[in-house]
Formats: sequence, structure tokens, C-alpha cells
Amino acid sequence: MSKRTVIPFGPQHPVLPEPVHLDLVIEDEKVVEAVPSIGFVHRGLEKLVEKREFPEMVYVIERICGICSFGHGWGYCRSVEGNMSIEIPDRAQFLRTIWHELSRIHSHLMWLGLLADAFGFESLFMHCWRVRETILDIFEETTGGRVIFSVCKVGGVRRDIDGEELKRIVDILAKLKDEIKKLADVFFDDYSVRNRLCGVGYLSKEDAKELCAVGPMARASGIRQDMRLDGHGAYPYLDFEPVLEEGGDSYARCKVRIREVFQSIELIAKAVKRIPVGEISAPVKGNPSGEFIARMEQPRGEAYYYSKGSGSKFLARMRVRTPTNMNIPAMVKTLQGCDLADVPMLILTIDPCISCTER
Amino acid sequence: MTEALYRIQNFVPIQASELLNKVRDMKSDGQRLGQICCTKVEEGFEILYSFDKDHVLTNLRLTVPEDEAVQSVTGVYWPAFIYENEMQDLFGVKFKNMALNYEGRFFKVSEPTPWNPQK
Amino acid sequence: MSYVTKSPWIIHYDGSSCNGCDIEVLACLTPMYDVERFGVINTGNPKHADIFLVTGSVNAQNISVVKQIYEQMPRPKVVVAVGICAASAGIFKECYNIIGGVDKAIPVDVYVPGCAARPEAIIDGVVKGLSVLEEKRKSLKEELAAETVKAGMDFKAEGEEREGA
Repeated sequence: MSKRTVIPFGPQHPVLPEPVHLDLVIEDEKVVEAVPSIGFVHRGLEKLVEKREFPEMVYVIERICGICSFGHGWGYCRSVEGNMSIEIPDRAQFLRTIWHELSRIHSHLMWLGLLADAFGFESLFMHCWRVRETILDIFEETTGGRVIFSVCKVGGVRRDIDGEELKRIVDILAKLKDEIKKLADVFFDDYSVRNRLCGVGYLSKEDAKELCAVGPMARASGIRQDMRLDGHGAYPYLDFEPVLEEGGDSYARCKVRIREVFQSIELIAKAVKRIPVGEISAPVKGNPSGEFIARMEQPRGEAYYYSKGSGSKFLARMRVRTPTNMNIPAMVKTLQGCDLADVPMLILTIDPCISCTER
Repeated sequence: MTEALYRIQNFVPIQASELLNKVRDMKSDGQRLGQICCTKVEEGFEILYSFDKDHVLTNLRLTVPEDEAVQSVTGVYWPAFIYENEMQDLFGVKFKNMALNYEGRFFKVSEPTPWNPQK
Repeated sequence: MSYVTKSPWIIHYDGSSCNGCDIEVLACLTPMYDVERFGVINTGNPKHADIFLVTGSVNAQNISVVKQIYEQMPRPKVVVAVGICAASAGIFKECYNIIGGVDKAIPVDVYVPGCAARPEAIIDGVVKGLSVLEEKRKSLKEELAAETVKAGMDFKAEGEEREGA
């Protein structure tokens, strides 16, 4: 048996935009075991519920993460709305869905860029991020912010998008589709990209189930799991099937995300076609006193938002369980037996969001 | 049109002694562990075990006094180590038979158990 | 920007930010904003870097990491705090695990406000940082020159002592 060495990986590392630390136990060039440790970004923001009133808390929850910020805001609002039995107007549901799907496109494009960067394809990284800027421009036009929008509130949304603008968004996305198609062709067919992705970091369907993987990680291993199917928002009106792949390797995970980008574009087009006219927010009376768990399908997977009211303006407990949290066991599993040089890329394939995980 | 499955919340209260059996039942039923969440209440800790099957949520609610050690479920659902270590570091919940115990070094915080400050 | 005579290299560390500022820092490097046209390169090695971009506030866990990266950077060096969290901990100020802005750990030269800081603001902050860098370079040069003169004088004095002995 060759000698075992422990290599500390992170928290500051060139490929990682965020701090995560792993102790990699390696034998020659093979990783035998990976032990994650987190806490570099832990802020303890859930405890701010004691100091912030529940309508203000949206701003804090949105800042759990700057990438899936809108989804966090929506998840929190749904949780409190469920708690207080508020039914929000349909138009608000559709608007939220449109923004959420736009977030998914921007998040996945961002991830594709980072993945390209991790396997050393810098021009592809640049192109992904160039295309992504178009989505950020749409955000800026419709909400005023590029990454954090604060457009969701308990009871509905703060801003409306008029019909003209909605049509324009669909047109922009239709044009964007061709650009993304070109990028997708590189990810799907390029010899060197396939060489880095195919068969790397395999996670079988059984393992994905056993390790309770969520989101694209689970769907790339053939598990039909997508919280958009639980009937919230405007999703029941948009009839869709989640994207599934059977491969279970990094290539399959990449494929799932690219196909989801196209799916989101379609969902937005459908939503724009079916959006009803009407109010964009419902009145909020009283204080939350029950408990409710809302679940969202974030770009990275299923997220939990648990709120427990105390009858006052301050919640007794707010808990967010984010998708990366649940995908860490699967990541540790895929790292076992991989080459040391593949480690940064494999960490990326779960699309880790550390600031989400640690809150 | 899909029905509103998100409205089904299912909070099932359980006893500490039956925790492991209930969790085993969940596992054999093909449920996926979604999360474990701890809340500080007057009686001690309230721990919620959330499970998902086909997008339907089930929660087991366990209330334990503060000084009582809780049976770890890592033997049944290994990924539970994340939540148990989190609760141990942030709340000071004690667990027995943990498959992977970071012994307070999972979340490094500036003060011990910030969610349940020691007087 | 006539004073941009050098190509500054940047190192970026995420303190405990929400990622919002981090992706905007990365967005600066990509084709839309493209700071590489000014010769700015994002490096992962603190010993290669001139400018230290920090996003997010410091907490008990990362304060030593921030200090360590800062100490490893060669002089002259400039610290740019990006976003309101890096400036004063912002919305998370009252969280139990937050110590405060980056200036609680290391001296900060430029503060870039915003939540999240916009790429234009970040670029502006880096350019401001360049003029600070230039000043620091000058004073470092003077300091070094003074040291050389002093070393020369010491050498001379030693020589005289030897001759006298």
C-alpha cells in the first residue's frame, strides 16, 4: 500500500469563488477520502428574526445568497404566507415565476462558465458570462437590481411588468436561445470537454437516493424530483416535465443544467402567454402564529423554508435549508477515488453555494 | 393541472424512544430525508425531521429536554451527519452514536451554542 | 487614466459575503466590463498580487485567513473593500458571528459601497486603488532609498572605525 497524504484544500483557492475547506486524503494521485469542514461564511442570519419584523426579514433572507436571491425571497414569503393563510393574486404568482426562471437561467449560465474555467477552457467561460449579462440587464430593467432585487414581499410583489416589456423579454430570450445553443454545442460535443466530463464523478441512482441528493445532482442520476411539481406559484398552469438524465456523471449534470436553461426559456414564454391581469399584492393583516414549511426548486435543488410564528411581529424561528447542504454528502461520495486534478471540477459539479449552506 | 401538494404539511409528534424505529420505517417506505431542524422551546429542544416522497412532505416532531441525549439517525440516513453536527454546534443538542462527529468543529462560531446561550 | 502605468494584479477573497459582490467582481473580468483591458489579472496567489479585493465582512473564522493573505502580499499593496458588508458588515451587523467590516482585520484603502456593488463601482474602486498604489510605491521607494543611504553611511562609519582601530 502506498503512503497516504492529507492535503488541505481551500478556503482560498483559485478556482473557488467561495471559501470551502476540504481535507483530502490521497494515495499517490487518487483521492481516498474527503472530509469537508465549513463555517467560513457563517453569519447566523436566521437569528436576526428576533430583531427584524417579519416583513423586513425578506431583505435579510434575500441576502443569504446573491445568486439565487430571488428564490430565497420567494421561499420565505411563501412560508410566511402559508403561515398566515394569505392567498396571493395570480398575477403575482406569474411574475414571481418569471423572475425565478430568469434567475435559473442566470445561475446555470454562471455555473457553466465556472465549470469551463475549472477545466481550463477560459474563452468558453467568458462567452457564458457574456451571454449571462443579457439576463442581468432584464433584471435591472424590471426590478432595478442586478443581483439582489428585493422585489418580492409578503403578500405579493412590489413591481409589475407591463405587457410590452413582457413581450420584449420573450423576444430577447428567443434571440438568446441561439447564442446559448452555440455554447451548448461546445459543452455537448467538444472532444476535450467530453474528455474532462464523461465518466468523471459518477453517482449511481441508488447512491443519489441513499445520499438524499437534490436538484440537478439527483436529476442527472435519473431521479424525478423537482419541487416545482408540488403545485406552487404559476407552475401548475405551465405543465412541464422535469429534465432527466441517466448518466450520473459530470457530463450528465452539465447536460441537465443546459437543458434546464432551454426549459426555463420555454416556461417564461408560456407564462407570458398565460399571465392574467389584476392585482399584484394582497393585504397582510395580523401576525404569523402557526408553522409552515415551504419548499422551492432553486437552481441548485430543493430548498426548505420553515417559519414558526410567535403571534407577534417577530417570528419564533426561521430556518432555511439550502440545496448545497444536502448535496455535500453526494459530493464527498463522488470525490472518493477521483484524481487529485479533478477535485476542483468535481466540487463545482454540485454547484456549491457556500454562503447558502452556512447562512 | 397538478394539485397543490405543498399545502400538505403533516406534523407527526413522536417520542424519543420510538425515534429510530420511526425513521427506519420512513426509510423502508422509500422516503428521502429532507432536513432536520432544531428550535429552542421552553421544554428544551424541538427537533423536526422532514421527509419527502413524491413531493409530499412528512415531518416527525420530537421534543426533548435540554440535557437528554438524542439517538443519532446517521446509522439510517448517513447524510443526517450535517444536521446533527449543526445542531450540536449551534444549539448544544447532545447526540449518541453519531456516525461522523466533528465534536464542535463543523461550524466554527465565536461563542459556543449561539442559539442557546449558556447563562 | 494617464496614471495607470502598471498592470495591477488582483487577489480576491470572499469574507462572509452573500456571493452577490463576488459574482460582480467576476463579472468585471468578463467581456461586458473586461478589466483585463487595463492589464488587471485575477490571480490566486497572494505573492503575485498588488490589490486585495475583499468582499463580505470578517468573522471569527476567517479573520486569520484575511490577515494571512494580506501579510503574504508584497509591498506596496492596496486593500479594496467591496460592498457594504466589507465596509461595515451592513445588514448582517447584528448577527452573532460577525465581527465587522474588513477594517477590523487589516487596513483598508478604498471602500466601494453598494449591495451588491455594481461592476462599474468596483472598477472605479480598483482605479482609485491604483493611485493609492502609486503613492505607496513612491513612499516605499523613498524609504528604500533612505535605507540604502543609511546602510552606506553605516558601512562608511564601520570602515572608519576599522581604520581608526
